[in-house]
Amino acid sequence: MRVAENLNSALGDLLEQDPKAYLLGEDILDPYGGAFKITRGLSTRFPDRVLGTPISESGLTGVAAGLALCGDTAIVEIMFGDFVTLAFDQIVNFAAKSVSMYGSRVPMRLVVRCPTGGGRGYGPTHSQSLQKHFIGVPGLAVYEMSALHDNRTVLSAMVKAAQPCVFFEDKVLYTRRMHDLDGLFQRDTIGDVAHVFIDDPATADCVIIAPGGVADRALGAMRQIFLDREITCCLLVPSRLYPFDVEPLLPTLSAAKAIVIAEESTAGGTWGAEIAHQIHQHLWQTLRRPVTLAHSTDSVIPTAAHLEQRVLLQESTIHTAILAALS
Amino acid sequence: MTATDLHTDVPTVDAARTDLHSDAPAADAARAELHAPTTEVARADLDLLLLIRHFELALLDLFGRGELNGTTHTCLGQEYVPVALTPLLGPDDYVFSNHRGHGHYLARFEDPEGLLAEIMGREGAVCSGVGGSQHILRDRYLSTGVQGESLPVGAGAALHLRGSGALACVYIGDGTWGEGSVYEALNLASLWRLPLLVIVENNGIAQSTPTTRQLAGTIRDRAHAFGIRHHGVTSTDISEIRSQLAPLIESVRTDSRPLVIEFETHRLGPHSKGDDTRPPDQVRNLPDWYRQSGWNPIEFAQADQAARTRVDQVVRDVAARPLSRWPACE
Repeated sequence: MRVAENLNSALGDLLEQDPKAYLLGEDILDPYGGAFKITRGLSTRFPDRVLGTPISESGLTGVAAGLALCGDTAIVEIMFGDFVTLAFDQIVNFAAKSVSMYGSRVPMRLVVRCPTGGGRGYGPTHSQSLQKHFIGVPGLAVYEMSALHDNRTVLSAMVKAAQPCVFFEDKVLYTRRMHDLDGLFQRDTIGDVAHVFIDDPATADCVIIAPGGVADRALGAMRQIFLDREITCCLLVPSRLYPFDVEPLLPTLSAAKAIVIAEESTAGGTWGAEIAHQIHQHLWQTLRRPVTLAHSTDSVIPTAAHLEQRVLLQESTIHTAILAALS
Repeated sequence: MTATDLHTDVPTVDAARTDLHSDAPAADAARAELHAPTTEVARADLDLLLLIRHFELALLDLFGRGELNGTTHTCLGQEYVPVALTPLLGPDDYVFSNHRGHGHYLARFEDPEGLLAEIMGREGAVCSGVGGSQHILRDRYLSTGVQGESLPVGAGAALHLRGSGALACVYIGDGTWGEGSVYEALNLASLWRLPLLVIVENNGIAQSTPTTRQLAGTIRDRAHAFGIRHHGVTSTDISEIRSQLAPLIESVRTDSRPLVIEFETHRLGPHSKGDDTRPPDQVRNLPDWYRQSGWNPIEFAQADQAARTRVDQVVRDVAARPLSRWPACE
């Protein structure tokens, strides 16, 4: 099953099981079914609760927050994650704050879905990974889609948490197969973190932490380094990026010679920097060197393929980072 | 459009304040008899008006004495707006208030103790002292401090309520019409036929900027642009206002259509505290229901004293309470 089908099916299940669930967004109705076809078929099945909206990210996110305030479950699709900046006030100043700013906890079942990331030549305003702008907002959780996590489980966790969540979905994943791992790799899980390794995870030279959109690039780098140099890495792919609990990962992290955090965000104020800080707090005495960050360069994301490739985090970026960390 | 067209299409700068005429049939003109506060209802209205007036004055006094933290925005001069609306709104209706919301809260709950405790961070605070003056949630009443933010949220609540007979009421000011979210919400409310009632308190000034310098055209025309009905209120007479508004608000419930009601009102106090840049004479000459009302003078004086005494007592009581507690800061 492709990731897009898995997500579509997870949304359908949610709407079926929760009669108070709504899905709102631009161009999400059939027959179009959304710019990335994630909502295909849903407006036909649930015509009263799948609502196509005008081009009004602030307005539609506010409407969703109003539904959540009234006890409903509201899922929003932002056509391109870049446009979530237009809904920043509703997410940060209203939905997230409402959870706690009225003195007692207000449940807010609101999920804002953001198709994210580059690699498709959409240019500076349709290619960004804006996760970092939502890190550290009280009352707001940040998740990222992954081919290693069933979206039913992830969506269910977001709704159950009853606090606003922003769900980043790397667009390149939509056409990938779920749980599709090369025979070289084995996997298990640590909490909600997918753990992919070669042979014995306890002997990995390097631990890579990467969210779902970057996992394939990390796996490519792991594979190449193993084949070329017999260096073993393991990969941790979290579902929830924030709040992030590093403690369950400490045994894995402390056994490695190096730790690399990879993400597609451009440089500066990154999610990885936040996680690295947490790791440093716990393991500073035993780390051989500081955690290495791998990310896109400090640049807008160009449209032309050869330029875009120079800016965005590539498999080779992670490859280089691993070798540098182990040098 | 040429530059010439742009010039000739600009309405007079006063249009925003004068073009309040209603889309509704002309209200019954003969209402003079409704002025006298002889009925129980009218007395209750007067008590509520004066409670809000003295509550707000007490806040400014407390600020002046350095006994309040942060800031506040009083609704002096605008008290009659929520008082007039009180019986027209029910417990199933959502009410979304704003930064200038004390009157809205007091008109809905008549709870000066809880509100003052919230503002002073004392035990018994409605929201444990976390929200303060402009972030309050109680039952289906909610206020937030960002302009225009609550209109889409109110549209969402109206979507939730659609068909139930209840409505979502959102209080905004004239300045709020500068926010894009207002238009996104109005568009959705009209398209989706949401029972959304927008109460505009057009007090002629947005913080320090006169409405004539921040609002082109009229609020009425802006509502009409979305196919939304608009009704202007210039009266400060509570009974008259209710007579005008009752059938219109009822139609929001029964027909599930949004409605914009624009009160031409006056802010007699500063935006927050000590920040009024208007000449004092100009402010003094603004109409004030407190001075101009047709209440029975003896009854008014009694009610005024009673409200003053009540608020004084609330201030003493709340100020003496222990500090509020919030589990997140324990």
